[in-house]
Amino acid sequence: MEFHHVERRFGDNVVLKDIDFAIEAGKFYTLLGPSGSGKTTILRLIAGFNSPTSGEIDFDGKRINDVPANRRQVNTVFQDYALFPHMNVAENVAFGLQIKGVGKQETAKRVKEALHLVQLDGYGEREITEMSGGQRQRVAIARALVNRPKLLLLDEALSALDHKLRVEMQTELRQLQRQLGITFIFVTHDQEEALAMSDQIMIINDGTIQQSGTPVDIYDEPLNHFVADFIGESNIVPGIMKADYLVTIDGQDFECVDAGMRPNERVEVVIRPEDLDITTVEKGQLAVTVDTQLFRGVDYQITAHDQRNHEWKINSIHKTTVGATVGLAFDPEDIHVMRYNESEEDFDARLDSYEEDE
Amino acid sequence: MRQKAFFAVPYALWIILFVVAPLVLIFYQSFFNIDGQFTLGNYANYLTSSVYLKMTVDSVWYAFLITLVTLVISYPTAYVLNRLPNKQFWLLLVILPTWINLLLKTYAFIGLFSQAGTINQFLRFVGLGSHQLLFTDASFMFVAAYIEIPFMVLPIFNSLAEINPSLINASKDLGANDWQTFTKVIWPLSLPGVKAGIQAVFIPSLSLFMITRLIGGNRVITLGTAIEEHFLTTQNWGMGSTIGVILILAMFIVMAVTGDRRKKKGGVRR
Repeated sequence: MEFHHVERRFGDNVVLKDIDFAIEAGKFYTLLGPSGSGKTTILRLIAGFNSPTSGEIDFDGKRINDVPANRRQVNTVFQDYALFPHMNVAENVAFGLQIKGVGKQETAKRVKEALHLVQLDGYGEREITEMSGGQRQRVAIARALVNRPKLLLLDEALSALDHKLRVEMQTELRQLQRQLGITFIFVTHDQEEALAMSDQIMIINDGTIQQSGTPVDIYDEPLNHFVADFIGESNIVPGIMKADYLVTIDGQDFECVDAGMRPNERVEVVIRPEDLDITTVEKGQLAVTVDTQLFRGVDYQITAHDQRNHEWKINSIHKTTVGATVGLAFDPEDIHVMRYNESEEDFDARLDSYEEDE
Repeated sequence: MRQKAFFAVPYALWIILFVVAPLVLIFYQSFFNIDGQFTLGNYANYLTSSVYLKMTVDSVWYAFLITLVTLVISYPTAYVLNRLPNKQFWLLLVILPTWINLLLKTYAFIGLFSQAGTINQFLRFVGLGSHQLLFTDASFMFVAAYIEIPFMVLPIFNSLAEINPSLINASKDLGANDWQTFTKVIWPLSLPGVKAGIQAVFIPSLSLFMITRLIGGNRVITLGTAIEEHFLTTQNWGMGSTIGVILILAMFIVMAVTGDRRKKKGGVRR
């Protein structure tokens, strides 16, 4: 599955700009972005409910721009499940097979298998209205999978479930994908969900792909302010890159692991809250005053400000006192430097250039 | 609790005065002959008289035809209306004629269909000569369908509007083409609207009498006409009530046939 310079407009409104990506078979992809970012539009283009204004969509090496939804080897799990209310569970699952003219016995067998796959054995005769949210979700997945698609699309498929069920379904979906080897494309605005399930994440905002990569890459090396802010929590402060491996924040020099920029280039520095350790003022690299402290079960969420009034978010397992001045300690590896307006290719090239030297 | 009971008073009064009481009266009346004596003769008369039985068959047949014609016109109309950008406005245009009095509309059709009417004037102008339009089965059907169409369009339109668009996407996603999507998803889901429409059209059509006389020229005598004749002309209230009871029974039969059978669990529907 490949997108080549795909653009989609609704009237004057450009929803997707120059989208370009390739999807490998058998992996779990996530399109992650805030609402209105264009991620669902990409999904609709893949499913065939919309066609691109310009550009080309290829599937198995063939152009499928004008192939209607019903002739694509792609199935979708809809956000609201879109189960047919006038059919029972088994009839819903059998729908796709019936349309294709699969024989009765074969259909019954495959419906049974599909329901087994989503742990709904014996639920075939139930009406949709008798099923809970989580069960409906499973029926929707079974209804899509029974057709043995090459590509399964999931549109915010878990967002209607409560937290506990959602986490359960995340694990199950991931297992299901590994077991079947079908390519999954999952759309979500929930970054935790994306990090937990995906092989590859594509971060979408304003109709463009901001960054794509493995969950670890994206978390550790966000490309720009948007990605850093959207994925996880972060402290983003302006800085100046004095030289390779040396960055200045608030006039204070720090050793870091980034390089390949112009001397004295203005940059942004990202430090994750969980990488900051609270220590005494003498031991810390930065002195901050604690403003608030929230207990969250696993840790404390602390906000503090430094002398320049930059706000710092800190996640710490140790308690501190509001109003106290403490030191913040962090390692050079915890500092991640982002250049302004760097494209993804340049970013990758720069990383490769100095990581090879090491 | 007491307050709830209080709010039920208007409804209860309405039901008792205008639904239960007339039904009881009609039922009671149907057991008396023209001289005010108790009898089962009216029912015996009805069941043995070929005139009444034929009238019943005719009424049902014409009501069926009117309903069918109305449905065939209304379903596509409702379907198309649902896809238009300003659908509420277009729906309003369909409903608009119901705001005009039934009798006025009927008289307007006499003006159109009569020998000196607009249509015949046009036909003569084109050189096709004048034709007998009024007092034909065709004109009767036409006017009856015209009057009933809004009552069929409205429930179908509503049931179509309620269908979640993602169901149609889901159907296509699962490989169904437009026609399969229609027969397997849209039609079954709009069926409640169709049934409501049939109830709203078939039952009143059974007892049509104004149009049968003014447009159909009494060529078709329906049960409605018969009731009117018995009450106003022959003054045989007993017989009129008996036919009324028959109509009420027919109404219940139609309700039962078109009623919602979905509630039966585990039933296999195709």
